[in-house]
Amino acid sequence: MSKNLIVRFAGEGGQGVVGGSEIMAAAAAEVGYHVLTFATYPSQIKGGPAWGQARISTEPVLSSGDYLDVLVALNRYAYDHNIDELREGGIVIFNSEDFELEAGARTIGIPADQLARDSGNPRAANMIVIGAVAHLAGMPLRYLEGFVTQRFTRGRPGDDKIVEGNIKALHLGAEEAAKTGLSLGSPLDEPSEIVGERILIKGFEAACLGAMAAGLESFIGYPISPATTMLTYMEANFHGPNTFVGQASSEIESITAIIGSGFAGKKTMTSTAGPGFSLMGEGLGLAWMAEIPLVVADIQRGGPATGLPTKTEQSDLLVALNPGHGDLRLPVIAPGNVEEAFLAGAAAVNWSERYQGPVILLSEASIAERSQDILKPDVSAVIPETRVVSDGALGNERYAGGSVSPFPVPGGPGAYVANGSEHDEQGDTTHLPEVHIQMTERRFAKLQLLEDGTYEAEQTDRPVVLMPWGGSKGPAREAFERLIAEGDEIGWYYTMYLHPLPPAMLEDLRSKELVIVPELNYLGQFAGHLRSLGVNAHPIRQYTGLPFKVVDLMSAVRERMQTASGKLARV
Amino acid sequence: MSKRNPDYDFKWCPGCGDFGVKRAIEGALVTRSATKSEPIEKTVIVAGIGCSGNLVHLQEGPQPFGIHGIHGRTLPISWGIKSARPDLNVIIVSGDGDFLSIGAEHIGPQAKRNVDLTAIVMDNGVYGLTKGQASPTTEFEVVTPTTPLGKLDDKVNPLETYLAAGVSFIASSISTQVKQLQELIVEAMDYPGFSIVHVQSPCTTYNDTYALLKGNEKEGIEPLAKPIADDHDPADYVAASALARSRTIPIGLLYRKENSIPAHARLDAARARSKMHQQSVEDLLAAMKI
Ligand SMILES: Cc1ncc(C[n+]2csc(CCOP(=O)(O)OP(=O)(O)O)c2C)c(N)n1
Ligand code: SF4
Ligand SMILES: [Mg+2]
Repeated sequence: MSKNLIVRFAGEGGQGVVGGSEIMAAAAAEVGYHVLTFATYPSQIKGGPAWGQARISTEPVLSSGDYLDVLVALNRYAYDHNIDELREGGIVIFNSEDFELEAGARTIGIPADQLARDSGNPRAANMIVIGAVAHLAGMPLRYLEGFVTQRFTRGRPGDDKIVEGNIKALHLGAEEAAKTGLSLGSPLDEPSEIVGERILIKGFEAACLGAMAAGLESFIGYPISPATTMLTYMEANFHGPNTFVGQASSEIESITAIIGSGFAGKKTMTSTAGPGFSLMGEGLGLAWMAEIPLVVADIQRGGPATGLPTKTEQSDLLVALNPGHGDLRLPVIAPGNVEEAFLAGAAAVNWSERYQGPVILLSEASIAERSQDILKPDVSAVIPETRVVSDGALGNERYAGGSVSPFPVPGGPGAYVANGSEHDEQGDTTHLPEVHIQMTERRFAKLQLLEDGTYEAEQTDRPVVLMPWGGSKGPAREAFERLIAEGDEIGWYYTMYLHPLPPAMLEDLRSKELVIVPELNYLGQFAGHLRSLGVNAHPIRQYTGLPFKVVDLMSAVRERMQTASGKLARV
Repeated sequence: MSKRNPDYDFKWCPGCGDFGVKRAIEGALVTRSATKSEPIEKTVIVAGIGCSGNLVHLQEGPQPFGIHGIHGRTLPISWGIKSARPDLNVIIVSGDGDFLSIGAEHIGPQAKRNVDLTAIVMDNGVYGLTKGQASPTTEFEVVTPTTPLGKLDDKVNPLETYLAAGVSFIASSISTQVKQLQELIVEAMDYPGFSIVHVQSPCTTYNDTYALLKGNEKEGIEPLAKPIADDHDPADYVAASALARSRTIPIGLLYRKENSIPAHARLDAARARSKMHQQSVEDLLAAMKI
């Protein structure tokens, strides 16, 4: 029996490869498997290499997995470029209407389009393939039938025809696979019973809902991959008498508009990716300077400029910390998985209200776009925080004192000028050195209010520890568990609160001989940041546009540990 | 305002047109606050960066709220404020550089949204605060520190730009006529939609155009600023366009779109028509149940 099934649907954009993996995952989740999907596709609507991957497991899933049990290749290119990732004993299902593979190998040619027409539903090619995969994995077809019935029963005439066609397609696919006599060896274990209320949710949905749970009132954005889904999710689902969702004409508009909304007293947010985030730099400086609460979600893609719009990377950390000119350092929260995306959405809104300034919710394509089954978040556990509003007692001294002060809301008492130029207590512009010193220190002192972030720490007596951030948490965690199981001596630290870091955690890290930081960028951005804080951190870097594989991480970690035991000079 | 803060070092040069604009805004706010019996705190002044934008700190009398942001972004900041709080009065104070150069990209979208706010643009045909460089409204061939060969770009015609962008309410004024300017500002604020009051506000230091604007009968110089005739119908777009393109600068109410429906009213109406309804976070999560 096997605990895991990893299947990749590879083809070109527009062929439904992402949909194939999503349906497979959703059907599996429905009967109690744990699932996680990952997709990569070109930034064009039709054509170009694309693949979607589903990992289906009897245990909670941490990463999208290393090697494939089944590769579904819809064209020759897809076969050539993905076959290396098939595990030994894995099986290829290929589209025999498009290309031929040499006989004898562990391959199954399926004329999916022809079979789909035979099923009575020409659009069921995906279902044919899914039926074949299920057969190979030993997954009972009734699981999928139940899902198909539910998904395609939408209260429209002809639903039953569609359901019937799809179910027939599943069987045709399974029969086609059965004919070959091939199997994956050990069939997938029965799913465990579903415990608690589970939901299947995407990362971006979780982040939006978390922010809403914390009392978000306004959202303004401009489309950009992979952050557009947040904007469209909000447009579709965030309604209320006091809510506003709008599309700006650029990211310069998004950021300055939410500055206006934040200034007017609302909990407000935008979403963007690298190029848009760069355009927001000046505005974020204004929000920091004028002390306006707001949240910017930066869903990282790859590379500078247009870069890799639909790939995943963790290369915006430095710009998230310092998006603009001058002395500033913004709070950054980077969720490590879909559950955390919900908590991070809520925490980002709460932090922005508490310290009265901009907060960056830093995520990445691989988390925002993945579907995962999680325990339904406990909404009642989110305690919305709201800025302390001025009652006029301080007159117009908006910026009085060494840390946050009551926030005057337009229309109410305490009229002042929210000022992006250096200013005194009342918001009047001044360039006096002593005022610049006082106000600079005030702005940084406010960050201390955010030092309540939680963190994970295990095997804390180990001199060498693994500390991933963001979406590299999943593969790093899997690597950590396997390393421990295999007797390696390594500790574990993790937090999604990247700035300010939980102080006790930072203290611990400073005492470590070596802190290994796996991250998806060339510079080793987080490791460098930790070094600037007095931690001997070294990165494991990858910049392929794809997430880490667990096996790669394990060997890289072992290499670092050896170097550490050889007592290389501290860098 | 500076009196509260004796250390505040910004001052306009003697004779700067912005003084007149300031008085007109102060007058308009006080009058409007009284007639609507609305506290002055319900008004927000959104300021651009330039000598003009500094008006927000120099304002005397009862104090409105203010936000003095970054160069060129008064329009989207105001959109954000109005989207959050349609009940607030938002007025923008900006310059020809702030509004028509770095901020020009926002005029079109804002006009299409028809956000209910009033922009007061102080046009001195120059970048005052940065010491005299050419601006979009600097005349063709004029020599400035950034145009030593004479300005090679054509001059932008602001009124024509606003009309083409679809701005709902467009008035043109001059800083010396404080009373008329004040009345136009009140009218613009009362108008339900995006209104612009474009003001000739000369820069005595870098581009003193007082004489040109007023003309000189004795020397046979015709005034550049010319009142719009009483029989002009502001609802007439074609007539407004002809005025905007005339050789002189028309002063008065140029264009006033009839039946303007501002952004917030459009949203209310669309919501009333829509089947989309409010869902709690719990509802939305429940819909994802496995
Ligand atoms: C992003 C940015 N670029 C440039 C500047 C420098 N700057 C400040 S004011 C200004 C021009 C102001 O001209 P205008 O809007 O006409 O105002 P005036 O001073 O003439 O009233 C410039 C270029 C800036 N503050 N920010
Ligand atoms: S430089 Fe010109 S615009 Fe600026 S304050 Fe002086 S006169 Fe006014
Ligand atoms: Mg100017």
